[in-house]
Amino acid sequence: MYTQALNDKDPSPAEDTIEDPVLAERFQSRIDQELRIEANDWMPAAYRRTLQRQIAQHAHSEVIGMQPEGNWLTRAPTLKRKAILLAKIQDEAGHGLYLYSAAETLGISREEMESQLLTGKARYSSIFNYPTLNWADMGAIGWLVDGAAIMNQVPLCRCSYGPYARAMVRVCKEESFHQRQGYDIMTQMAKGTAAQKAMAQDALNRTWWPSIMMFGPHDSDSSHSEQSMAWKIKRFSNDDLRQKFINATVPQAEYLGLTIPDPDLKFNEETGNWESGPIDWDEFKQVLAGNGPCNHLRLSTRQRAVAEGEWVREAAAAHAAKQSARATNKEEAA
Amino acid sequence: MNLKDTPLWEVFVRSKNGLSHQHVGSLHAVDATMALQNARDVYTRRAEGISLWVVPSNAITASDPVDRGEFFEPTASKVYRHPTFYEIPDEVGHM
Repeated sequence: MYTQALNDKDPSPAEDTIEDPVLAERFQSRIDQELRIEANDWMPAAYRRTLQRQIAQHAHSEVIGMQPEGNWLTRAPTLKRKAILLAKIQDEAGHGLYLYSAAETLGISREEMESQLLTGKARYSSIFNYPTLNWADMGAIGWLVDGAAIMNQVPLCRCSYGPYARAMVRVCKEESFHQRQGYDIMTQMAKGTAAQKAMAQDALNRTWWPSIMMFGPHDSDSSHSEQSMAWKIKRFSNDDLRQKFINATVPQAEYLGLTIPDPDLKFNEETGNWESGPIDWDEFKQVLAGNGPCNHLRLSTRQRAVAEGEWVREAAAAHAAKQSARATNKEEAA
Repeated sequence: MNLKDTPLWEVFVRSKNGLSHQHVGSLHAVDATMALQNARDVYTRRAEGISLWVVPSNAITASDPVDRGEFFEPTASKVYRHPTFYEIPDEVGHM
């Protein structure tokens, strides 16, 4: 998931025109042959920049994505649910790290990426700017948000850039646990008391549309992904992935006895697709522009965490320096 | 302290005895102890390994992809190093 960066226009395309045409042709032919590009291989500047931006945004999404769920850690209904939620959040931190590492192989430092996030220069997935208002949101996030993420991330396992593809293989293995534990929460609540079922429905009502929007603008409004397709970073269009997700999810909601909050949702016998009603793209644009319900909270929480963790990083560095000085002294004395 | 000062480490995991350690990724850590602990938390949360190596990334010397052609040329031109280069008469059977 979290590949919304691919919908943005490359901000600095000027230098692309000065690429060596022979190298550029050889590069594209390797891509066409489904050969992977590795860290030190020659690549067009725009390919490098696109990946740096996308992988960093993907990593930021994993890191920021810990916050909506962290909100319910201390209020999980049972110890079992709390342990599971903690494990899931720990996975998200791990995913962030795999991805930051993959981006670093492209020559951008961890520090630079982190500073882009903290200053608001880099984006993260729009979905995390919504609040988690009741416990069933933990179920809806796992089921829908992680479910949408899987749809998006499985094709990325075959991405032309080797380090990103390998990171995605690890991420996808773990993501499946996330979706299933979410659906497990939803199942239990939907089959619980009337109040519990109402909470599950409320969570679905609020999470459905933002999840659908995670796939990005309609193909007709997203002209920037053509290059990413040619580079085999992106393999399926936004609308194709969104349709796949809706088709997979509608029967799952039916099983739960919950209603998808889309009065226009209908099954097309001819295509076999569940067709959704119109998406409120204005809301999507507002959230991307920083005006979602939690944009400010997410960023300020992250800034505070970095500032408050400063002394830990300082202490670790001081300890490492002291240990290495002691080791040197011992060697000299011997 | 900023992250630039925090060394990068490459992580290798042995999934079980009998198999060699394999590269799984990298991470930042101030020293080897922290690198090992972080590697355990990040790369072996689901029993992926029974042994870990961490190596400072700057200790690795890598071949240059630009020279790949000439550097690996000796393997490409010596087809007679492969058993399939030699034809064994059918009558002789499996060899």
